[in-house]
Amino acid sequence: MSGSAVLLQFLNGLSGASALFLVAAGLSLIFGVTRIVNFAHGSLYMLGMYLAVWLSARIGFWASVPLAAALVAAGGAAVEMLLLRRIYKAPELFQLLATFAVVLLVKDLALWAWGPEDTLGPRAPGFAGAVEIAGRAFPQYDLLLIGLGPLVFLLLYLLLTKTRWGILVRAATQDREMVGALGVNQKLLFTAVFMLGAGLAGLGGALVIPREPASLEIDLAVVSDAFVVVVVGGLGSIPGAFLAALLIGEIKAFCIGLGYSKITLAVEFIVMAVVLVLRPWGLLGRPQAAMRGPAALEAPLDPPSGRAVAALLALFAGLAAIPAFTTGYTLVLLTDVLVFALFAASLHFMMGPGGMASFGHAAYFGLGAYGAGVLLLRLAAPMELALALAPLFALAGALVFGWFCVRLSGVYLAMLTLAFAQIAWSIAFQWDAVTGGSNGLIGVWPAAWLASKTAFYYAALLVCAAALALLWRLVFSPFGYALRASRDSALRAEAIGIPVRAVQWAAFCVAGLFAGLAGALFAFSKGSISPETLSVPRSVEGLVMVLLGGVQTLTGPVWGAALFTWLEDSVSRGFEYWRAAIGGVILLLVLAFPRGVAGFVRERIAR
Amino acid sequence: MLEVSGLNAGYGRAQVLFDIALEARRGEVVALLGRNGAGKSTTLKAIMGLVPPLSGEVRFEGTRIDGREPHEIARLGLGYVPEDRRIFTDLTVAENLAVGRQPARADAPQWSTEHLLALFPALSRMLDRSGGRMSGGEQQMLCIARTLAGNPKAILLDEPSEGLAPLVVEQMAGVILELKRAGVTVLLAEQSARFTGRVADRGYTLEKGELLPA
Amino acid sequence: MSVLSVRGLSKAYGGVQAVHNVSFRVEGGEVVAMIGPNGAGKSTCFNMLNGQLAPDAGEIKLGEASLVGLAPHRIWRLGVGRTFQITATFGSMSVRENVQMALLSHHRRLASILSSAPRCCVDEADALLERVGMRSQAGRPCAVLAYGDLKRVELALALAHRPRLLLMDEPTAGMAPGERGELMQLAAVLARDDRLAVLFTEHDMDVVFGYASRVIVLHMGEIIASGTPDEVRADPRVREVYLGDA
Repeated sequence: MSGSAVLLQFLNGLSGASALFLVAAGLSLIFGVTRIVNFAHGSLYMLGMYLAVWLSARIGFWASVPLAAALVAAGGAAVEMLLLRRIYKAPELFQLLATFAVVLLVKDLALWAWGPEDTLGPRAPGFAGAVEIAGRAFPQYDLLLIGLGPLVFLLLYLLLTKTRWGILVRAATQDREMVGALGVNQKLLFTAVFMLGAGLAGLGGALVIPREPASLEIDLAVVSDAFVVVVVGGLGSIPGAFLAALLIGEIKAFCIGLGYSKITLAVEFIVMAVVLVLRPWGLLGRPQAAMRGPAALEAPLDPPSGRAVAALLALFAGLAAIPAFTTGYTLVLLTDVLVFALFAASLHFMMGPGGMASFGHAAYFGLGAYGAGVLLLRLAAPMELALALAPLFALAGALVFGWFCVRLSGVYLAMLTLAFAQIAWSIAFQWDAVTGGSNGLIGVWPAAWLASKTAFYYAALLVCAAALALLWRLVFSPFGYALRASRDSALRAEAIGIPVRAVQWAAFCVAGLFAGLAGALFAFSKGSISPETLSVPRSVEGLVMVLLGGVQTLTGPVWGAALFTWLEDSVSRGFEYWRAAIGGVILLLVLAFPRGVAGFVRERIAR
Repeated sequence: MLEVSGLNAGYGRAQVLFDIALEARRGEVVALLGRNGAGKSTTLKAIMGLVPPLSGEVRFEGTRIDGREPHEIARLGLGYVPEDRRIFTDLTVAENLAVGRQPARADAPQWSTEHLLALFPALSRMLDRSGGRMSGGEQQMLCIARTLAGNPKAILLDEPSEGLAPLVVEQMAGVILELKRAGVTVLLAEQSARFTGRVADRGYTLEKGELLPA
Repeated sequence: MSVLSVRGLSKAYGGVQAVHNVSFRVEGGEVVAMIGPNGAGKSTCFNMLNGQLAPDAGEIKLGEASLVGLAPHRIWRLGVGRTFQITATFGSMSVRENVQMALLSHHRRLASILSSAPRCCVDEADALLERVGMRSQAGRPCAVLAYGDLKRVELALALAHRPRLLLMDEPTAGMAPGERGELMQLAAVLARDDRLAVLFTEHDMDVVFGYASRVIVLHMGEIIASGTPDEVRADPRVREVYLGDA
């Protein structure tokens, strides 16, 4: 590449970094003060794009940008006042779920308002041309963006350091309760911060419409990019977000410029990995000491009583008897329930006893599914072998990703799992030769002796029951105890000789392995695999199942999986806006049972 | 000034305070004694609205404040100094004071920044230092100064001598006497009877969430 | 040979020298107090001794073995037990399970995945609890214990691996005066009978002068005095920066 081409790619990277910075800065600000990781931040960005495209056809581009940003800010304020205010005291995961419900609602809102097609915005009047830089043409508008990023950074910096409001925001970032006790109205402060953050995301979205079309897929792509930026830069650090946005923006530009657009994610991943190994709390972030540790009052977990074991055995016998009564769709649905029960239980293993919430657990489910497909179709392995070996693909993924994830904790860990899942999804989506790209793999059928619905149902029942029994056994083994000890108090666990990270890493791998097994079963039950299998919504479904059943119960995930699978099946069949419907269900769950269904039931019983 | 009656409070299902009744008259320094876990901090937090009372009444200058938000209570002129200091370590000393700043009140002593620095001379040498780089004693001074910046009529002081060197404890006692001289009402939670004996006008003793008869 | 020997230990955070060139020894059977104003570097020192912090310079030796650069769990294995200023126990487990956990680690059975943890080392756990006076509360969840009792559970955890050195960070903070004496008496007995080296930090001067055989005074990251309780109490510099005229 010549010198001038390098310069141009560099400039390209700078302009891309500007929008990324706006989104990440907003995410960081909101998290700092409210301690809520706003999953819907990418959706606000997407909304900014659609609104700007729509408005610019009516009032012109330049008027549409600030108006779109203002509308998104107002929308953000509405979300904060109507939804988040009710759940600030709810468990962290419920907050994340609530914002994910907003993702689903906004996506269907955009689908309803603007349709499924990508929508191109206008060029910016006055900046439609190009300037010559080092003998090459460079869009004027991109130059404008390059200037805008640092300008917004400067303004934000001044706002946070030179105004009383900014000082209050920084104080609240550290200790919001204390700020309240000193006479500051937190409600107003939270709403204002959320508005500012949402406005920044909306502005970022509105500003990129001359460069990129608005599409319905942009929300999760942007939010996972923003997560990467925030984790690399250091959560809560605006200068960190700026630096990281530049870094990620440049990487993207150079990979695309060199014609290696497909390895962009891999390079991003490597950069993130290097940063996290050298500075686990990000480039300019601070150690997480200030964050409150995991709740000291985790509920005790007792081994299942003899009666509970008997009930589970009876349930197993009941399930084994079902094919005698029906062979139709019910069996297919029940097979789904079994597969998702195992998936949810594997997630529960790392979330409950492990205290590590994953927002990307579908990655391991998907790796198992794709592993099965690839073994069967590309390597011509027999189905039985493919089913047995496929979980190892998930294990390999968990080994690599988990090594990084266990270096973080709490929401940082959740964000990183999401970023990894997004990477896995992109690879599956892009690697046509192996994964079939966006079409996925078809013809992943079980061996002849398992081809009937009944036979496969029995296979699934046996495998899932055995796997669940093993997982539950693990929880009460010394290893499971060491895992719980590491969750309760990492400090104390280390101080009695428990290698906390190694234990958590092992648990991460166990969870990945069992999710992979569920994924492989899922692939054979459907006969096909699509990238949806490891998409973020699938990960969130797993979370909903676990939370529906209750994190602090052993068998909860199984009941949660059954309830959710049944619910989804009855809601989603033939309904175009099924995402919004699921989002509505999640919101209902979060608002009606802010302490979790299990917590609700327990409180009721205690009364 | 401050009247508490029939106060019950706790966290979740665990009730910590049982039927607490106490009062602090204008200009008094009142001690709340008891060992760790007796409920001293919870009492102060319940008065401040940080722990919602289950039942009972809290009145500040005759106005009921139980059930109100902490920031509303603070704005009525009741200051709170938490036990573990909780200064904003990322902010400078001057910024910490700015967070606590409230408009002057006609019926309470006013604490301008000069005033505060005169009361805590150590702070004047480190206005631009970040809170995280101060010693424990300096942090405790800043924590009190930050609350005084809100020009309170009364303050709740939670274990100001806890974990401090004997020499700094001396200074802390001096500060409390200075507050009394200025006319600020003080409700002081302490473990050390030796300390409260020097600064308090009278005291209550808490044990397992209940007040012992005087 | 000293159980613990520290030489030239230093640590700075962001330009502030928290601990500077600190050297001392602790012998088996000794109970040594480390005192000093807040921010003098006591906690930083402790956290370097058990591996939570990496020193910038200096040497920490447990007998012959160097502890610098080792993770806390490795240091525990070599024989260093620790209790924390703010108690750290496993809140979702019972008192007995807490001790069982430490014993599972002691017996190197953490990687066992098929045995049942609640059935491991029950008698051994109860014996340890007996020793710290917590046997009668073995079945209670740690989350509901009184503060003083939690400190005792911590002591049992620290003793599970039969350490050579016991580090106690403000062991009696938050305890009633009577309890303070009991706990320190227990530590003194352990030091005498098991030849255990005990190093503790403390703000309660009654505890320090009542139970320590030797006192080290830190001020602004450096040792300004060290000696018997009486020597330290009489030291003019110590009176000036720490004890005052109290």
